[in-house]
Amino acid sequence: METITFTTQLLQFTVTGLTVGAIYAMVAIGFNIIYNVTEIINLAQGEFVMLGGLIMVFIHVSLGLPMILAFIVTVFVVTLSGILLDRLAIKPIRQPSVMTLIIATIAASIVIKGTAMLIWGKSPYDLPAFSGRTPIELGGVVLQPQYLWVIGFLVVVAIGLTLFFNRTILGKAMSACADNPDAARLVGINVQQMVLLSFALSAAIGAIAGMTLTPIALMDYDRGAMLAIKGFGAAILGGLGSFPGAILGGLMIGLIESWGAGLLLSGYKDAYALVILLLVLFARPSGILGNLEVTKFKRF
Amino acid sequence: MLRIHKAPIVAGVLFILLFPWVTGRFPAIEHYPDLMVFAGIYCLITIGLSLLMGYAGQISLGHAAFYGIGAYASGILTTHFGINPWLCMLIGAVVATLVAVAVGAPSLRLRGHYLAMATLAFGIIVNIVFREEMEWTGGPDGMGGIPGLALFGYPLESVNQYYYLVWAIVAAAFFFTIRLIQSPTGRALRAIHVSEPAAGAMGVDISRYKVMVFAYSALLASLAGSLYAHYMMFINPSTFDTFFSIKLIIMMALGGAHSIWGAVVGAVLFAFLSFEWLHHFGELEILVYGSVLLLVTVFMPEGLAGIPAKILRRGRR
Repeated sequence: METITFTTQLLQFTVTGLTVGAIYAMVAIGFNIIYNVTEIINLAQGEFVMLGGLIMVFIHVSLGLPMILAFIVTVFVVTLSGILLDRLAIKPIRQPSVMTLIIATIAASIVIKGTAMLIWGKSPYDLPAFSGRTPIELGGVVLQPQYLWVIGFLVVVAIGLTLFFNRTILGKAMSACADNPDAARLVGINVQQMVLLSFALSAAIGAIAGMTLTPIALMDYDRGAMLAIKGFGAAILGGLGSFPGAILGGLMIGLIESWGAGLLLSGYKDAYALVILLLVLFARPSGILGNLEVTKFKRF
Repeated sequence: MLRIHKAPIVAGVLFILLFPWVTGRFPAIEHYPDLMVFAGIYCLITIGLSLLMGYAGQISLGHAAFYGIGAYASGILTTHFGINPWLCMLIGAVVATLVAVAVGAPSLRLRGHYLAMATLAFGIIVNIVFREEMEWTGGPDGMGGIPGLALFGYPLESVNQYYYLVWAIVAAAFFFTIRLIQSPTGRALRAIHVSEPAAGAMGVDISRYKVMVFAYSALLASLAGSLYAHYMMFINPSTFDTFFSIKLIIMMALGGAHSIWGAVVGAVLFAFLSFEWLHHFGELEILVYGSVLLLVTVFMPEGLAGIPAKILRRGRR
């Protein structure tokens, strides 16, 4: 019988850590898209993930639509919820300040969570894995096929967004809003529309994160807040607004969590990453890949 | 905002003094003084927060941690070491203040969203410690057997006695905070709120003031926590979790973060909403919370405390 060595154990924790980290990275990317265009931190970002998971369960498991179709419909529905969030909670605010905007997104997240509880109740839901649950063994490390889907989707999202922001007119217009909304308006960009688009886009990415996460960790109405906190942490750790930073921060938080829970006390799982996050912030107030000069120009 | 009107203060004090007597006449609301004890405890925290958020312009999403530090200092020191509750309250306040200085000094250099994240992370970490250090805190099940308070050798027994004690402390904090706002310190704080670079250029030591206010608000929150522990005689970690920090933000938004009156009104209103009125909604409660908060933020950004000013403005026209 093969004994489990420390190295394989460590590798196992690394694999699970990177998978969870990829989810955090997607949430962090969602934070950044909205932040870059509006300088708003959307604390309801985690609710998109929760909605993505639960709506996918409803459409795929309860209604029986095929996986790919259900996937597309779910992204569409969650994107709509992102648009509603902007129109109902953010746009009507007349005197935005960091505090009112943070409070508004917190309020929205409570409303979304409450609505989800009414619809789905409090029990967790499972979703079939995208390509079965037969584990793959690699040198003593057990890999769920779904892990690969999660990491794969992170790669797809990262490449897709890079192309979108660098190669398309729409993406460039959004980047322009991020740099200077007034100048963007002057050259004829409809800033309001870009804000709306940023909410739609990050809701869609949240939905993808939720759908890929559910087969691994189940999903219930109450998961959004913690996912938002971890994703926000990842975005801050990497440096707000930076996409490579979001991926780096997300993977780091996932890894620290997994290693900490596996090798040290598991009860402190949620604390390790946050302690590291605080230490990093104290040493580098703008995060790892963030730029202090840039943050000075930001209003918030 | 510098001038404090006398009339509302007199009205407020009379209201607090007569409240138990009046509610005691009506069986349907005779339990209201009990709610007001909690309202008073919340007030202590929000008064500190209004100085931090409304005057110094710093956001905190982790004040439940200081509330918890006070409560657990009282709980642990009385049950494990048999120390006098008042001394525990003092020790808790000192610990909370020191922690606030230690966390605040590096945190408050952070701006806007970074500060929000730092306080959020701090609050979560402290709550996990409450949950995990079972030997001392009783873990998720909490700890009981915390003694009540005694005044001059007489133990406080009735709800009304706690009511008057808590509100006396709230009044003391209220007046001390008002003095603080009117002092040069208060002026410096408002200057920081308006523009940090300008305040700095005028010679205001920005970081020192920010840390001071943070520590002061932590001290008040810790006192509130101790009062809660001795009144309930039982504490558990979920009372001091991040959702409570969010609830504090709801209180500030309801009342209006820019006014110390707003802090008091928001806390009292919230206590009644959460313990009394929203219960009728059952499962829908959370939805009502969220909707109320959203409506207030969108349509009443100055909170309830902004209403008199609005009426005055309209009257002048």
